[in-house]
Amino acid sequence: MRLLSFDHGVHPAEYKSFSSSKPIEVQPLPNEVFVPLQQHIGRPCEPLVKKKDEVKTGQVIGQASGFVSSPVHSSVTGVVKNIGFFMHSMGHRIPMIHIERKGEDDWEYLEKPDDWKSASVEELDKVILSAGIVGMGGAAFPTHVKLKVLPEKPIDTFILNGCECEPYLTCDHRMMLEKSDRILEGMAIAMKVLNVKDGFIGIENNKKDAIEAMRQRVEAGGYPFKVVPLKVKYPQGAEKMLIKAIVNRKVPTGGLPGDVGVIVSNVGTVHAIMEAVVEGKPLVSRVVAVTGDAIQTPKNVEARVGTPLKSVLENCGGLKENVTQVIMGGPMMGFSQFDVSIPIVKATSGIVCSGLTSEVAEKVYPCIRCNSCVTACPMYLLPNRLSRLSEKAFYEESDQLGILNCIECGSCVYVCPSNIPILQWLRVGKYKVNELKRKQT
Amino acid sequence: MAPSEKSDKVEKTPPVSEKAVKPKAKKDPRDNLFKPEPKPLVIDSSPHDSRTTNVPVIMWSVVAALIPATVMAVVYFGIPAIQLIIACVVAAVLTEVVINRIKKEPYTIKDGSAAITGLLLALTLPPTLPVTSAILGSIFAIAIGKQVFGGLGFNIFNPALIGRAFLQASFPVAMTTWALPFKGFDGISAATPLGQFKFEKILTSLQPLITGNIGGSLGETCVLAVMAGGLFLLVKKYADWRIPLSFLGTVFLFSGLFWLIDPANYANPLFHIFSGGLMLGAFFMATDMVTSPITPKGSWIFGIGAGVLLVVIRLFGGLPEGVMYSILLMNSVTPIINRYTRPKYFGEVKS
Repeated sequence: MRLLSFDHGVHPAEYKSFSSSKPIEVQPLPNEVFVPLQQHIGRPCEPLVKKKDEVKTGQVIGQASGFVSSPVHSSVTGVVKNIGFFMHSMGHRIPMIHIERKGEDDWEYLEKPDDWKSASVEELDKVILSAGIVGMGGAAFPTHVKLKVLPEKPIDTFILNGCECEPYLTCDHRMMLEKSDRILEGMAIAMKVLNVKDGFIGIENNKKDAIEAMRQRVEAGGYPFKVVPLKVKYPQGAEKMLIKAIVNRKVPTGGLPGDVGVIVSNVGTVHAIMEAVVEGKPLVSRVVAVTGDAIQTPKNVEARVGTPLKSVLENCGGLKENVTQVIMGGPMMGFSQFDVSIPIVKATSGIVCSGLTSEVAEKVYPCIRCNSCVTACPMYLLPNRLSRLSEKAFYEESDQLGILNCIECGSCVYVCPSNIPILQWLRVGKYKVNELKRKQT
Repeated sequence: MAPSEKSDKVEKTPPVSEKAVKPKAKKDPRDNLFKPEPKPLVIDSSPHDSRTTNVPVIMWSVVAALIPATVMAVVYFGIPAIQLIIACVVAAVLTEVVINRIKKEPYTIKDGSAAITGLLLALTLPPTLPVTSAILGSIFAIAIGKQVFGGLGFNIFNPALIGRAFLQASFPVAMTTWALPFKGFDGISAATPLGQFKFEKILTSLQPLITGNIGGSLGETCVLAVMAGGLFLLVKKYADWRIPLSFLGTVFLFSGLFWLIDPANYANPLFHIFSGGLMLGAFFMATDMVTSPITPKGSWIFGIGAGVLLVVIRLFGGLPEGVMYSILLMNSVTPIINRYTRPKYFGEVKS
């Protein structure tokens, strides 16, 4: 059978074997957590607690401000030590709540309906909002906003994203193997909220055991979902590419998946929905793949949100001597870190400890117009041209060539034989074009 | 974690325990994670992973792909072939060095692009050409064909073909004096199959055309050797398959059209495909990354355009062969092709 896929894209080496066979392990409760007040796209939260306040696990400590925002909860039971600016994975300081753990968990559960099947959509929506659920694939878009159907844009398809196309990462893979029933229930809840009938589960074909497990559980649970094996290709898990692969619809430029009647959600996200709606637990922990060739024992750990990266690494035996890079997220779109005291956040899908990166920058050659980047770009842009235009500050021209469509997947840099920092220039260009547009309006 | 590894590390650094490290951790939280001593982590923006192919790998692969044709040139034409090839490559590389010095930039000979230009130029020359002319052509190819535009990646025309065009204009007689393989060059001038057909209507049969036992330029006669190298490039994806396919396909169809109309006056399409420098041009010169379009659609247009031009020159022009001019002419319109064949971006809405 021909596997479904999108066009263009690249085939990076997978490196999944480090942690793909490691069962999910629960990380021991951390002694202190740093809970950022902004773990989502949108407006930051307002803190609800003060210094020296006692907090319970699951207690709301940051209130959502505005519609596109999401509350944060304490992930341990303890005392608020400080509210201040701490280093974040993006490389700058943002407001966080520093909580010191005192003893074991004392849960504060969410208000939830007794049975989600008979509950109303409004009730479910409220639970999802108050549980602070955001997209756990990496973008961290508030889920309650995503699940809000606008009357002029009806939704008819729900796609569960189990691609995990980034090299190294294995957290979604392990979750689909070990928590398949919970994921499927979460998916059913999300589909009830959206009121859609068609449900697809897209999984890349390098996770045959996960495809098998999900198929079995779908059948056993009597769900009307279809498990779709997909070609192994990067960026298969990008929303637009996944929609093209599974339902063959193209999201118009500047549009959202809702414009073509589709909602895509990550495995972790629907799992969090299930935990919130069925068990009343807000989003305070997530599965993180700690992997790479520079960590002593690669693992998939379930860590509390706010756990310092350092304690997670220590739990995995520490870093090896050959480490050159610690990346939060995958190697294609993740952020390299210089400080391991930063906390795990809701969107942290993996920590890649790599010893492969050379400390000497690779020599950059002139562009030889080999068109590798043109045939790799999943958005059909001309990366080499755009990068040159923004290098020479021709921002209007690059806007005309669609620079804002770039999804920053990094495929162009991956294939470039001249080692040109194409994506880095594109980021500069995108920033400048957006600035120009803001000035005009 | 093997026990032996652990004991190894303990020897180098004091044992790491929670309590011992805590005060230190405040200063630099990484201290207890790096053994034996902290080393700064590398910070860069994503992606952090990249493919290992780089420009020198591509360029030297093209040189490697030319080896079969080069070997056959030496087999067929002997010492003069060796002289021409060495003279062209050395002259090209030295010119590159001199210009690097003049421009006060780092030497760029390691990337292999100058060597390719020299070798390709040599393979397009007639075996009887004097070495001094060949050296002049090589210098012209690098200096005017490539470096004047800014070096690798900025030239508009294929440098080797610029060098050949210069020689064609400067030494028209020497550039059209041919010799047969294995015969030596004692004043007996031979003709290429294309010339024989054009001027005397003698059609060479297919078998010598393919094995290369005919008059012609050094590297173009043995079609099999050229194709072997070309296929290597296509398999390695160092050349865009669309260009040779559309180039050869167009020549086949377009010349076939004339052959069907009037077989007495026009040669059959297979003759056109396997004769002259078409194979060498289609696989190694038209596919030159720098001077061919970057868009897939543009590659098709480039190949088809070159094919049409070639057939027109061969059938109706004053010269028997037109690979050089057809590719150079298409090089000149490549920027325009790029501009008008921009792929529609994903989900582009017509406005």
